[in-house]
Amino acid sequence: MTAFAHQLFSGLAMGGIYAILALALVMIYQATHLVNFAQGEMAMFSTYIAWDMIDRGMPYWAAFALTIVVSFLGGMAIERLIIRPFANAPVLTIIIVFIGLLLIFNSVAGWQYSYTIKTFDSPFPARSWFGNSFMSSHESGAILVTFAVLALVYAFFRFTPLGLAMRAAAQNPASSRLVGIRVGWMLAIGWGLAAAIGSVAGMMAAPIVYLDPNMMLGILIYAFAGAVLGGIDNPWGAAVGGFAVGVLENIAGAYLVGPEIKLSVALVIIIGVLVARPSGLFGRMLVTRV
Amino acid sequence: MKPMTIASREPAALPAKPILGLDARVWRWAAWALLAIAALGLPFVASGYHLFQFSQVLIYAIALIGLNLLTGYNGQISLGHGAFFAIGGYTTAILMTKFAVPYWATLPVAGLVCFVAGFLFGLPALRLGGLYLALATFALAVSTPQLLDYKAFDSWTGGVQGLLLSKPHAPFGLPLTSDQWLYFFCLACAALSFWAAANLVRGRIGRAIVAIRDHPIAAETMGINISFYKAMCFGVSALYAGVGGALAAIVVGFVSPDSFGLFLSLSFLVGIVVSGLASIWGVLFGALFIEFVPNYADQLSDLFGESAKALPGAIYGILLIGLMYVMPSGVAGALKNAPRLFSRAKHG
Amino acid sequence: MPALLEARGLKAFYGPIEVLHGLDIDIAEGGITALLGANGAGKTTILRALCATVRREGAVTFAGRPLGARATEDVVRLGIAHVPDGRGTFVDLTVEENLRLGAYTRADRAAVAEDFARVYGYFPRLEERRRQQAGTLSGGEQQMLAISRALMLRPKLLLLDEPSFGLAPIIVKDIFHILRAINQESRVSMLIVEQNANLALDLADHAYLIETGRVAVGGAASSIRGDDAVRRCYLGY
Repeated sequence: MTAFAHQLFSGLAMGGIYAILALALVMIYQATHLVNFAQGEMAMFSTYIAWDMIDRGMPYWAAFALTIVVSFLGGMAIERLIIRPFANAPVLTIIIVFIGLLLIFNSVAGWQYSYTIKTFDSPFPARSWFGNSFMSSHESGAILVTFAVLALVYAFFRFTPLGLAMRAAAQNPASSRLVGIRVGWMLAIGWGLAAAIGSVAGMMAAPIVYLDPNMMLGILIYAFAGAVLGGIDNPWGAAVGGFAVGVLENIAGAYLVGPEIKLSVALVIIIGVLVARPSGLFGRMLVTRV
Repeated sequence: MKPMTIASREPAALPAKPILGLDARVWRWAAWALLAIAALGLPFVASGYHLFQFSQVLIYAIALIGLNLLTGYNGQISLGHGAFFAIGGYTTAILMTKFAVPYWATLPVAGLVCFVAGFLFGLPALRLGGLYLALATFALAVSTPQLLDYKAFDSWTGGVQGLLLSKPHAPFGLPLTSDQWLYFFCLACAALSFWAAANLVRGRIGRAIVAIRDHPIAAETMGINISFYKAMCFGVSALYAGVGGALAAIVVGFVSPDSFGLFLSLSFLVGIVVSGLASIWGVLFGALFIEFVPNYADQLSDLFGESAKALPGAIYGILLIGLMYVMPSGVAGALKNAPRLFSRAKHG
Repeated sequence: MPALLEARGLKAFYGPIEVLHGLDIDIAEGGITALLGANGAGKTTILRALCATVRREGAVTFAGRPLGARATEDVVRLGIAHVPDGRGTFVDLTVEENLRLGAYTRADRAAVAEDFARVYGYFPRLEERRRQQAGTLSGGEQQMLAISRALMLRPKLLLLDEPSFGLAPIIVKDIFHILRAINQESRVSMLIVEQNANLALDLADHAYLIETGRVAVGGAASSIRGDDAVRRCYLGY
């Protein structure tokens, strides 16, 4: 029974990381109807930046905060400089651009920081919280950080004027212009936020999966599965989906198919959901006009 | 969302003005003849390793034809064709090591297995539009090494160590080395693949699959059975990738899960982008590119140290974005337009 | 009195196609001007050109300042509010959020609160439904919401594109009543595109008849209404 509980809770911890990344994916999807295939690599690169700062002696939470800021600015810059020129291009072109970004981030990380695996220490003290035997302290901490991120993002979009403007710009750019919203900048800020959120996912994942340029590839697939399961146009659905995938992955890995092919669980979820119920659990059915 | 009409954005070809007094068609024949002579003469001037590399080029070309049929002509985005390449390779390896099937006989089997696999994958994929299909195939590409490595299949796949294959010798006592013979074998397969694909796209089926790419709803109202064609396209493109994978297994003499990761699938994508989406003969450029660029990067790593391992990825990435920006129709598209530009410059 | 908005040689383009061929239009301060004409005459395009939602050429001056190459977002900040055809409501946001977005560019919170009260005063049904999702409102209510959102800008000029479209006659009567009240009480100038010429000429002081991208007739609403020949040729009644 405790083994099961352990699988469940560590599934929730990883699921929290998937939820954060899934949220980033959905934020960009809502504004552009595109999935950013490079989101994982951007998060990985941010994590390396954090590692670099910590390696040079900066205290963890300072590096954490600074990384978030740098990622935000970086995300904005990428949108304005690289994605903007392709605003009206066909889907295939933009996907190719995303793959290009993925490859560039992956390579530059390998170039700059080498391919040797690095350890990334958890900021949470080694003893498990309240002496529990279900979760390591990092897992508890990661879940807490996940909830904090989700709550902050929710509050931002729900209660601030900028959040409202961004929601409007994503839903209806034409009408947004008519009330004076600078839609282009809203898009850039959206990318910045997504990159910032992604960096948190990376920094929470690194102590668990170790830091190397390919660390986020698998996590990205799980995040895809979570986003698709929850509904790719519903940010909170995607977050729930992320948690669900984390738990499913662990349970399936422990009791069904063995831990080595856990990724195929994600693959099955993705294809299964897209075929059976494309709008996911909480998304909206899309109707195309003929 | 716009349809995938990158390649079809070129204006209809005007009859090209003669260059240097000769019709464009004569130039094209001359180019083909030159290519044929080069291809046939290569094994006698190139050394073992270089010959091996050109065999790889032919193998990639076959796989790229398949991917181009699916993505370029039919508009279905696949980021996971490395999986079918792997299935082909492993089919050949298992047949050769476990069932002592001769190498040449494994090709049709690998092709058939991959055709079925592709068709079956294509069926659920029918309901997935461009972006979601890309997502699903991306997940497939990332999961492939794990699946190949799966302990339960170890007795078949050889697990993480993979399978070793014996290198075939030239038949009928021909005075050719293994490398030379394999090169000609690949050349023959590639020529057949090119011919089959060229015929396919020129005919009624080719028009149907392009119609599905550009105007799916209109195509359906004109009586084209979209589901059938799309699933068939997936099957055929997987067949090509599988045959390529099978040849690769034979030529390299070895398969293991590590050779079939995400990077392979992404290399294929780079290959068709470089060659020009919706171009059959253009895949040669793509194949040359994805064979030699990582190779040169490897050589550079001797100079720059281990970090140069990152070079191919960086080059691919920058190139993908740059090409989309500057030359959306790839090398083949640019070359197709060149005679027009050339004659315009002269008579302009 | 100088015109609030002056357009000289206004041209508009959809891609490479020119659809407005050099119009001259004046909108008087404090007045209501109607744009009439058949389907496809270019009336909606005129509104879009003024807001820079389509490519335009020609000189447009608003409150003495040339609009120049300003993008839509900046034209809005000068005090021009556009209620587009199809209403343009944010269907997934609440009524209140829609209204709040109307005031997005304003910094004067007290005045914005006043405008909320004023708008709810004109359209009490919106206040009842303030937390409801805008997409669940009826057609008439959505039109009220669209007009209110535009009013939240405290605009000097209100552009309305076919406010009667798809609405029951009794609702249309109500809305036009309120438009006149808004014009008189809040001194908001208006430019209205309407297919229903009778209704529009009733409301407006001044009118232009547009025919395939050109001004066919321009003049006081009363004289156009009184001119039999014009009515028969252009307005069909």
